[in-house]
Order: sequence, then structure tokens, then C-alpha cells
Amino acid sequence: MILDIYSFSTLTSSIDNSLHNMMSPWMATLTEFVLVGIVFLLFYALLGLFLVYLERKVCAVIQNRIGPNRVGRWGIFQTFADFIKLLMKELITIKHADKFLFNLAPFIVIIASFMAMAALPFAKGLQAIDFNIGIFYVIAVSSLGVVGILIAGWSSNSKYSLIGAMRSGAQIISYELSVGLSLLAIVIFSGSMQLSTIVESQADGWWIFKGHIPAFIAFVLYLITATAEINRGPFDLAEAESELTAGFHTEYSGIKFAFFFLAEYMNMFIVSAIAATLFLGGWMPFHIGGWEGFNQIMDYIPSILWFFGKTFVVIYIIMWFKWTFPRLRIDQMLNLEWKYLLPLNLMNTVIISFVVLMGLYFK
Amino acid sequence: MEKNNEFMESVSKAIPYCALRQDTQYPELIVPAGKLHEAAEVLKNYKEHPFDYLVSLTAVDHLEKFTMVYHLESTHTHTMIVLKADLEDRDKAKIDTVSDLWITAEFHEREVFDLFGIRFNNHPDLRRFFLEDDYGYPLRKDFKDEVNIIEYPN
Amino acid sequence: MSEETVEKKIILKEEDDYIVNMGPQHPSTHGVLRLEVCLSGETVNYMIPHIGYIHRGIEKMAESDTYKQVIHLTDRMDYLSSHINNEAVCLAVEEALGVEVPERVQYIRAILDELTRIASHNLWWSAFGMDLGALTTFFYGMRDREKILSIFEESFGSRLLHSFNTPGGLLHDVHPDFRKHTLEYVKYFRKKLPDYKNLLTDNVIFHNRTIGIGVMDKKMAINYGVTGPSGRGSGFSCDIRKAAPYGIYDKVKFKEILYHEGDSFARYKVRMDEMVESLNILEQLVDNMPEEGGFTAKMKPVIKLPEGEYYQRVETARGELGVYIVSKGAKYPYRIKFRSPNFSNLFVLNTLSKGGIIADLVAICGSLDLVIPDIDR
Repeated sequence: MILDIYSFSTLTSSIDNSLHNMMSPWMATLTEFVLVGIVFLLFYALLGLFLVYLERKVCAVIQNRIGPNRVGRWGIFQTFADFIKLLMKELITIKHADKFLFNLAPFIVIIASFMAMAALPFAKGLQAIDFNIGIFYVIAVSSLGVVGILIAGWSSNSKYSLIGAMRSGAQIISYELSVGLSLLAIVIFSGSMQLSTIVESQADGWWIFKGHIPAFIAFVLYLITATAEINRGPFDLAEAESELTAGFHTEYSGIKFAFFFLAEYMNMFIVSAIAATLFLGGWMPFHIGGWEGFNQIMDYIPSILWFFGKTFVVIYIIMWFKWTFPRLRIDQMLNLEWKYLLPLNLMNTVIISFVVLMGLYFK
Repeated sequence: MEKNNEFMESVSKAIPYCALRQDTQYPELIVPAGKLHEAAEVLKNYKEHPFDYLVSLTAVDHLEKFTMVYHLESTHTHTMIVLKADLEDRDKAKIDTVSDLWITAEFHEREVFDLFGIRFNNHPDLRRFFLEDDYGYPLRKDFKDEVNIIEYPN
Repeated sequence: MSEETVEKKIILKEEDDYIVNMGPQHPSTHGVLRLEVCLSGETVNYMIPHIGYIHRGIEKMAESDTYKQVIHLTDRMDYLSSHINNEAVCLAVEEALGVEVPERVQYIRAILDELTRIASHNLWWSAFGMDLGALTTFFYGMRDREKILSIFEESFGSRLLHSFNTPGGLLHDVHPDFRKHTLEYVKYFRKKLPDYKNLLTDNVIFHNRTIGIGVMDKKMAINYGVTGPSGRGSGFSCDIRKAAPYGIYDKVKFKEILYHEGDSFARYKVRMDEMVESLNILEQLVDNMPEEGGFTAKMKPVIKLPEGEYYQRVETARGELGVYIVSKGAKYPYRIKFRSPNFSNLFVLNTLSKGGIIADLVAICGSLDLVIPDIDR
């Protein structure tokens, strides 16, 4: 199969084999841990910087501007320059702040998003851990971030931060339900929680097409709730700058602020990657059942490109939300979740169960 | 014009203690300071077209006296009338508030208090507005700023 | 001294109130306004505005300036309708002296008034969107405002504070391309208005944020002296251009925009419709503007007003501006008082925001369109 020429499994298994040949098994495993950790750290930082750059360019396009264009060609090094600036800035300690929690909070936020990355299937054979409960793991880990946000708001000893954190807590805990339920749709369709199995189940068509109307509804619901979950777009109440100056990270400066900032963008990447994996086939090329020639041409595009292409389409949509919509109010946002999205999601789940039971989707 | 005369007549009937001036831009009613609130109430509840809109409230320092100036408008006919009251005692200048008739007066009166030092009886919230408590009253003609002295050759 | 000035201690807040300070440096107060907001949870219990952070004593300064110099001070009050502020003083002086201003000057003044009004509403639209979290509106509004500023720059060399009016007329003649560029702008802006509608006016979230928020009925608007678009959103017919026409406005056909809902959305709609109405006025004025007639009436080099009191009302972009001049026959005004629209408009904010939540407070504050230097003067 052509798919295999782009598979990373040969590369990873050869590294694994040579490490095992060189040293004892536990040493080899340890080295692998370190290697994967370094690769993820690099990837995380670079992707975070790129996403910030992308956001600035996308919002510039939407707003009739040029965006960053001075540092490097098309301003591609602008975010690097900003990052260096943030690194060099003074870390201001707040009087009467809870020092330990204040310093801990950014790490909790960033670790939560970092852990979720581990389960993402980036390409064929390129996945750090293939849990059999992959989706469950990602949902569980990514919602840890709210703890960090609450701690940040509480320990800053600032009223703006506290209100922002409380808003964020209410928001994330509410929307967590809908995110889970809309992902459940695909779990029902594919019959598995393992991300690699879900991707492979879409070899002859993505779930958003195979699952037709209910899957599409689930996809739209997921987009809305995921945007709320990552405190972005019209749901950025936690850092509503016209009301709360900067919400929970008002008092943070320097690299600690950069951690929050980076985590926000990486969370955006993670929810987009999940959307791409579950609804849009992950690294699976665009296949139409029966069109062999067409499918073969599609197979020539490397799987990693498919994955990132789909992810960035979703990221673009989320950015698009942010730069065109006004912000919701906290009570309206909670109403939207508890009165509309959650019942809709529950109904959709029942419908999907029925559809799967009767076999009414494209196989 | 005829209607105007009619109006003025009925006003002077309702407020017999006022002095009327018609040669100015807007008709002026000059009332004694003690009766200002009473006159204002009559105008506010004037039957044909109540003066329900207090356009402007200010004071003028004439050195020997303060003059309170109230510009009133009726939103029904857009008729303007000016109400004036003289305050003779500069040191203990006091007048009744009209903030119970027009809420906007509350803030204009605070401004006048801040800049002229005229006190308003029964005002709900008479604090300094722009300036600090121990600052003088800058719009009085005898005000001298000890700190930033800028004297224009006048 | 302090016991003397403040007779009784007024208790404004309780010991255990949860007070959040919005301002003087806060993104949504658009300047150095400080609001002490008492919250219970997200709900606003009460709000105390503190002003005076940029009080410059314009009224005191004006007492030692000539009338021509006073005009330059008025720019610094409501800097977004600086041209209209200038005109208020000019009209008061002209009326006091009985000077007949050439018709051409009246036309140019009115054109500039309307351009200023559109520019001001443009900026308000940009900032209002930002207050509600729609950041893109800012750039669209600023883009269109830029065109007006270019017209200003071309004629007077300045973009924001152009003390172009002077008692008796204008400082100098407008640029030869003034008429052409104004017409071009009118055409351009008419094409851009659908953008405004698509981006914000028709947005569902925007409706949720503004409809039924901060309802002010007509009686309340009159009682608080809320004028301008904010007052007209409550059905208070307070357009000075209609009520007490000045300049050329009695010859222009336009309608006063009135909405009766009194909520933030009504105030928004008034301003949006006013921009269209201003375009209509511009079209009428530019077409009929006389080419000949000079740019100023004959004035004495030193202007001395005859003894008396003069009051002039004009309609700025934010409401009614009143200029009250007391003259004792000197070349300086004896007392000058500016009845600024924002001063009255600000104080309704406490009543409107009570019981709402913080986000509503921001929306109401934005819909009242406050310019802080105008409050402080």
C-alpha cells in the first residue's frame, strides 16, 4: 500500500531497535522517554510561536492590515523576537500574593496542554502513546488546565484576576460536558476510544461524511464548545480585556505570562487536532469509497500533511470566530450551554445511537 | 410673539415676586435667593409647557455678589427661559438645591460648589468634584493659586 | 478647611463591599474616568464615578483669553467634535456683535460639522465594538474615519484639533478640491455602510448584548439632561439643529432620528442612522455650496463684546453643547461656561447599570459614547 511509504513506523522502530542493541532494555526505554520529551518540547515551542504568528497574520487579513512584516521576511521571526523579549522581562512578584501558588499556576496550565499532546496521532506511526482510551485521556488531561487558571486567579490577589478565574471555572466546567458528549458521537460511530482505531476506521471516508447529519451536528457542536473550552473567540470572558483588563493573567509578567499565552495557543491546536482526528479523518487522506484512482492520487500526499492541513483549517475557523464576533455575557454563555447545547447534544447522542443501531450511516 | 407675551404674563402671575426682563436673548426671571426653589417648582410644573429640562446651571461671580443662572427649556415647545438668583453674602453663599426637581442639577450643583464654593441646602451628595477638599474655589474672581501662579497682564 | 467645605460626611460605601476600580487606566472607560464599582458576584450594586483627572480649568483659563484664543481651548474639550465646539463660541460672538456671516461660510461650517459628526460616530462605532469584544470593528471604523481626516488635513493642516473657525468666518479658505473630495467621500462611505451592518448591527451576539440593556425612558433622559444620540434613543427630541436651528440648518432638509426603546441598541441605531442622515445633509450642502462669497466677514482686529449675556446652543456629535458668555465689554470674557453634553450624559450611567452585570456596564458606558475631557473641561 502506498500509505506505507510515508509511514513513520519504520523510522521509529529502527531507532527503537538500535537503542535496544546499544544498551539494556530499561536504559533504552529511559533514553526513548528523554528523546520523545525533547522532541515534544521543541515541537511545542516552535508550534506555539508559529500559531501566534499565524493568528497575527490571520487577524491582520480579517482587519485590513498587513500584520507583522519587519523581523525576517513576512515578519516570520516576529514571534521569536517577542519571545526573547518576554524571556528577558522582569518577573514581578505581587505583594500579598500567595507566592507558591502564584508561581505554580502557569506550570499546571502548560503541563495540562503538554500532556494532551502525547496522545495525538500526528501521522501514520507517529504517536507517542496509543492509549486504548485515548479520547478519554485527552479530555481528562486537557481539563486539568482549569485548575491552573483558578489557582492563578486566586493567588494573584487581584480582583480582576479573581473574577476572571471564576468566570473561567464556570465556563470550562460547563462546556466540558458538551465537549465530551459531542466526542462521544464519534466513539459511538467507530466503536472505539483508541485514537489510532478511530483514524483507521475512516480509511474509506471521514466520519463527518459517513455519519452525515448527526455527525455534522456533532462537529458543529464540538467546534462551538471547544472554542468555549479554550477561552477563545466569542467566549473569551475569562480575559475580557474591556471588562477585566486581562482576567486571570493580569498580574503575570515575563515568561510566566508567556506560559499562559503559549498554553492558550497550544490548547487551540489540541482541540483542532482532536476535531481533525475524530471528524475529518486525522492523517487519513481524503478517500471516496470505490474511486480507486482518485484514492491512490490522494495517498501520494504524506499523512503528516493531511493531519496538519486539516488541523489548520479548524484553527483558521476558530480564529475567524474570534476576530468577527463580539463577546458573550457570562449569563448568556451559561444559558447557551445548559439550555441549548447540552440538550441538543444529548438528543444528538440518542439519535446517533439509533443510527448506529439500525446501520443507517455510510459504511 | 403674542403667545410669548401671554406666557410671560401668566408666569409673572404665578411667580409674583419675580423681576422680568424681556430685552435679553431669552426671557429672564430674577427671583430672591430664598424663593428660588419655589419659583423653579412653578416653572417645572407650568401647565401649558412644563420646563422639564434643565439645560444648564451655573454661577457668575460679580465680585459684590454671586448670580445663580439656570437655563430651562420646555421639551414640548423648545421655549427657553432663564432663571436667576443673586446671592449677596459671598462667604456663606447658600441656596436651595433644585436636584429634587431635575436630577441633572445634582451634578451641576456639585460642580458649582466645587468651583465657586456656593453651598446647596438639602443637596444629597455635596462633595468636591474635580478638586481636593482643601483647594480654594478657582472660579471666584479673588482666587489666587499660591502654587502655580500664572498672572496674565489684564 | 476640609470640615468647612464638606458639611456632613456622606457615606458612599459600606465596609465590606466588594469594590472593583475601573480606571482611571482601563480599556473600556476611554480615557481617565474612574468608576468605583461595587459588585456582588458579577452584579453591579452601585457605581460611583470619579472625575477630574484631566480637569484643566478651561473656564478659568478662558477668562484671561481673547475670544479668538478661547476657540483654541474649546478644541480640547470634546476633541472628537472639535469643529462643532469652535462653532459654538463663534456663533455666540457673532450673534453678540450682530455680524452677518457670508452664506458660503455657513455652508462650509455645516459641511465640516457633518463630516466631524460622521468621523466621531465612526470612532464611537469602532470603540463600541471593541468594548463588546468585536475587535475587528475598530479597524473598519478607523479606516473610514481616515478619509475624513484626510479632507480635514488637506484644508486646515491638522487632523484632530483644527481651530478652523474664527469669529466672523474661517481662518482661511478651504482647499480647492474640498468639494470634490467631500463628494467622493460621501460616495465611498455609502458603499462601506453595509460592512458596518454585516459586521455588527446584524450580529446575534451583539443583539443579545445590547437589546434591553440599560433601558432609559424618555422622562429619565429629560430629567438627567441626557442629550444627543443617547437622549434620542429614548425618544427625547433634543436635536438642536431642529429645535433651535443655527447656521444653515434651517435650510437643510433632514429628519431627526428618534428611537423609543431607550436601550443600548436604540442608542446604537440612532448613531448609525445619523451617519446616513449626515451623508444626506452633506449631499445637499455640497451641491448648493456657493463658489463665491469669501471665507470671512469683516471683523475688527480686537473683538470686544458689548456688555451682556449670550447663550449659544449647538448640537455636537454627543449632544447639546451650550456656551454661556458673560461680557463686561472687555476683550476677555468675564465668565464663560460650557454646558458640555458628556457631563450630563455620564451621570445617568449609575442608574442604568444598577442591577446589571459588569459586561452590561461596559456596554452601557460604550453606548453613551463618553469623551472624558469634555466632562472635566
